[in-house]
Amino acid sequence: MTRSQFWKTATWIALYSAILAGCATGSAQQPAGNSTGTSATQDKSPAAVATGTEETGKTANPRVHEFRLDNGLKILVKQDSRAPVVVSQVWYKAGSSYEQNGTTGVAHVLEHMMFKGTDKYGPNEFSRIISENGGSENAFTGQDYTAYFQQLEKSRLPIAMELEADRMANLNLSAEEFGKEIQVVMEERRMRTDDNPKAKTYELFLATAYTNSPYHHPIIGWMNDLKNMTVEDAQKWYNDWYAPNNATLVVAGDVDPGQVLALAKEHYGRIPPAKVPKLKPQQEVVQNGVRRIVVKEPAQLPYLLMGYKVPVIKTAELEWEPYALEMLAHVLDGSDSSRFTRDLIRGKAMAASIGAGYDLFSRMDELFLFDSTPAQGFTVADLEKEIRAQIERLKTELVTEKELERIKNQVVASKIYEQDSIFYQAMQMGTLETVGLDWRLTDEFVDRFRTVTAEQVQQVAQKYLIDERLTVAVLDPQPINPKSIASNHGGAPHAQ
Amino acid sequence: MRNKLFLIIGLLILSPPLLAAVNIQHWTTPNGARVYFVAAPELPIVDLQIIFDAGAARDKNKAGTALLTNALLAEGAGDLNADQISERFDELGAQFSNEAQRDMANLTLRSLSDEKVLTPALETLALVLTKPAFPNDAFERERKRMLIGIEQRKQSPDALADEAFYKAVFKTHPYAVMPSGYENTVNTLTLNDLKAFYQRYYVASNAVIAIVGDLDRGKAERIASNLVAQLPKGDPAEKLPDVANLTREEIIKLEHPSAQTHIILGQPGIQRDDPDYFTLYVGNHILGGSGLVARLSNEIREKRGLAYSTYSYFLPMRKSGPFQIGLQTRTDQAEEALTVVRETLKIFIEKGPTDEELIASKKNITGGFPLRISSNKKILGYIGMIGFYGLPLDYLDTFNDKIQTVTAAGIQDAFKRRVDPGKMITVLVGKQ
Repeated sequence: MTRSQFWKTATWIALYSAILAGCATGSAQQPAGNSTGTSATQDKSPAAVATGTEETGKTANPRVHEFRLDNGLKILVKQDSRAPVVVSQVWYKAGSSYEQNGTTGVAHVLEHMMFKGTDKYGPNEFSRIISENGGSENAFTGQDYTAYFQQLEKSRLPIAMELEADRMANLNLSAEEFGKEIQVVMEERRMRTDDNPKAKTYELFLATAYTNSPYHHPIIGWMNDLKNMTVEDAQKWYNDWYAPNNATLVVAGDVDPGQVLALAKEHYGRIPPAKVPKLKPQQEVVQNGVRRIVVKEPAQLPYLLMGYKVPVIKTAELEWEPYALEMLAHVLDGSDSSRFTRDLIRGKAMAASIGAGYDLFSRMDELFLFDSTPAQGFTVADLEKEIRAQIERLKTELVTEKELERIKNQVVASKIYEQDSIFYQAMQMGTLETVGLDWRLTDEFVDRFRTVTAEQVQQVAQKYLIDERLTVAVLDPQPINPKSIASNHGGAPHAQ
Repeated sequence: MRNKLFLIIGLLILSPPLLAAVNIQHWTTPNGARVYFVAAPELPIVDLQIIFDAGAARDKNKAGTALLTNALLAEGAGDLNADQISERFDELGAQFSNEAQRDMANLTLRSLSDEKVLTPALETLALVLTKPAFPNDAFERERKRMLIGIEQRKQSPDALADEAFYKAVFKTHPYAVMPSGYENTVNTLTLNDLKAFYQRYYVASNAVIAIVGDLDRGKAERIASNLVAQLPKGDPAEKLPDVANLTREEIIKLEHPSAQTHIILGQPGIQRDDPDYFTLYVGNHILGGSGLVARLSNEIREKRGLAYSTYSYFLPMRKSGPFQIGLQTRTDQAEEALTVVRETLKIFIEKGPTDEELIASKKNITGGFPLRISSNKKILGYIGMIGFYGLPLDYLDTFNDKIQTVTAAGIQDAFKRRVDPGKMITVLVGKQ
């Protein structure tokens, strides 16, 4: 779907899987993408820094340095001297899937409150200081993490460190600021979800597919929970999860790892570790049969969502299965030569948009997702049939070697393209570390992906893409506004 | 600790970081395409974009022509059909995309710089560019997809507001048009319309080629020349008319069942080569262009919690693009938010920025300059823009100096001359 400018289905998973605190300056940053990291041209950097407690890696990527402070803070430093810039990200193991019923959305609300000042700095002063230093900054909350970042000219790194360390320990949560910010978050929810029929369908789809997994509830939280949230809820969240031993600092750019470590020690090193709650597993119950919902919303177009429950790298009993599922996603979607675009957008011309995708870097079992908007003259039922036929074909017929080869070439090349963005590379390391995977997977991913065979793709299709694991949601459009939709072309809006 | 922090800031002001210079090389191919090239040997990648003055501003009364023409290029070319074209790019790991907006229409390629990959990728790109087949089945199908896109606009309060805003601000000017067209125009487009559009505008003298990557000048020259060798020289696109100033205020209300009312205010703004560009850029940065620290965000979001997103910007285009302010808020507080926005703008125009605000904004813009050019993708965007709008080659080198010369009095003066709060277009989409 890279070709299309009318539709951007390829980005839809990214769109829903993390939300940003800021707005005007925060362009959509890709959260955990489908592919990872970089296998850089290797240079021989010193393996350890004298003052550091560098953890020696299993596989050596000389441009990534790994440290852990005495208080438990994990530090990853990626050197890239192409431009005199740096990105600094702090990742907390505390996303929406860590929340309890009744206070859903608190992870994201706290993310907003992190800009509201500490004992030392007033509300919004964080943003003002970063801005005065030429920086851009934002934060995002996902199901498995909350992360904060600054991008700066490289000599300004100490400023970001000082401020970020300060709010890790000294956040000042006032009822007054909370009262205003919770309104902002509710506006955000209205904008992203309530007034967006596809997003609303997706939210209800997740709540149907997951029974007891915390992926059941939306990252932004249910509106009723937001309305009843208190500053104490936010304070408890902060007390529970914001500690150096529950965080990873990722720094990428034109920096010296030894200096980064020294700075981190100076600023973060003084923060004491804290006891962090132990997460319950909340493993999803067995589904036993198809689930279906219809969502009626004011809209012009119908929309179809299908999801099959599948394992991810973190949960898979068979290590190769998530990679085979990832390959399967690429066979169907991801480029103009993949089967969905070829057969259903071109070919039969039944879909205006169609996508398949899967986030194999999640902390818990995931959904392998399909979504589609039918072309004129076709229904969501037609599209469901076609998607099922495509799945059936994967079960009965081996993917051709030519297709596999093409996909592997694309993934290998995109690994190299990723090196053009230090932000993206830092994102990948932060994501992996935070969901409990090794950041080295950024380098190992491609090698493992390349070993996937046609037989393995067939096996995961047969094992996981079955009705017993399926949930289907359909958006059934209701009239938007009989008065003003009669004429398009703006229909000469009335002036007053 | 606090003292220390400010000491660091103080030092930085005394010794600004050395800027990595962007060395832009410029030449013209034998048949008249203008080329802008930056060598970037650090990564084994080549990024290339070819931009035509063939955006929706050229649609005339056939809205959607530019977009559909651009979208059909890779739907069949030479002897290849769409499946074969996509396979050729994909098996090389090359990434092809295309896009049309109001001013520009482009084709973009990212490839590894290895000859074995780059050469065939460029051959396929040249084929798509110079020998598109415009097959009828693809035309019918993509046209139908555009109609679906038009339906999609109607379920988005944001898109509805945007459409009404452009229509009211630009009236009879070509910029009023929605690049994705309207039912009545898209339904009446013919293949001949697209072919005629392609023949008129996809010509070498109407093209800018931007290249960033692991190449030397000689190789870049050969690549650019080969790419457009099969294109006729043609003529540059005709001049667009100037955008007329608004003569009166207009408030447009559109009914939509959304929880929020989406608000856009604005009027015609500035051209890309406008002499006030830097002054207005810095001024707007203070007003609504610097995210959470801008005045609008402070008044709307920080002080009152009225909206998640509020912004203002000048969108500089070939002719005057829009100046616009936007936000979305729960419908029952839309009037309050609108009042705050109008008051904030009024005060800003009357009094201009404070010295502190000006210093802070200059520090952000100049201090953040290295971030603007920190990747090949970003540099490609800049040199494409420099080429397309005919900006000086030292645009990036002098960027910070130009920002530094802006004064508070200059901002106040420019806003007074260029923004007239008495003649704003205001669009409100929501429950009325």
